[in-house]
Amino acid sequence: MQLLMFFVFGFCAVVSALIMVTNKKPVSAAMCLIVTMISLAGLYVLLDAHLIAALQILVYAGAIMVLFLFVIMLLNVQEKEGRLAGQAILLQLIAVVVVALLFLSMVNVDISGGSVLAFGYVANQFGTTKAVGKMLFTEYLLPFEIASVLLLAAIVGAVILAKRRIDDSGSSEAHPES
Amino acid sequence: MLGAVLFSIGAVGVFTQRNALIIYMCIELMLNAVNLTFIAFSRFLNNMDGHVFVFMIMTVAAAEAAVGLAIIISLFRNRATVNVDDINLSKG
Repeated sequence: MQLLMFFVFGFCAVVSALIMVTNKKPVSAAMCLIVTMISLAGLYVLLDAHLIAALQILVYAGAIMVLFLFVIMLLNVQEKEGRLAGQAILLQLIAVVVVALLFLSMVNVDISGGSVLAFGYVANQFGTTKAVGKMLFTEYLLPFEIASVLLLAAIVGAVILAKRRIDDSGSSEAHPES
Repeated sequence: MLGAVLFSIGAVGVFTQRNALIIYMCIELMLNAVNLTFIAFSRFLNNMDGHVFVFMIMTVAAAEAAVGLAIIISLFRNRATVNVDDINLSKG
């Protein structure tokens, strides 16, 4: 049963990721990314990481994808992609080959290390909110606080970046880029 | 294994797509692949540190998405395009 669920979720994740990458329309790519996120959340549950699965749904499928969709709608991009030049296609082919080599090396590492990995004993409270929270607030308290500072910096930076245009919308015409 | 597959798909997307929004989505996908690998290893090694790291990665991903999308918005208002081939500010 667990194996079956793993294959179902994994298949969903990979297929929707492929659709996302090959898609030209941002909105459908975002939808496929949501499917990938939800499949990944299912995989997390299979791996006994219940808190992370819930966070995955909340943060990614909820917040980040809403942000993406909002920006897509806001920008209202009309795609008018022309034919790619021959050089660009060659570059893309090279990129794909390089990534394929990278993938092969990663799989090699996975397989060579695979014999060590086996489903061992799992602690009683593995992956519960209580256990993760206890670790987070004792052993990893400093990184946790730094993460909150990082979020604050990101909020301030995003607001400033998005707001600055309103201020110098008139002056940007006067001096374009210097 | 699955993490490697997802990471590779995301990397291919970063290199082949020309739409900045989809490139950001591919970056998110790569981060998620890393998360999956972390969780899987933490499960197999019976060690909860991986969960904390995934928590941190999610935080950074959220911050990165917010800032990146703000950059895209301001770029779009300046240049009226999200095609990364047309955006070449560092050319002097």
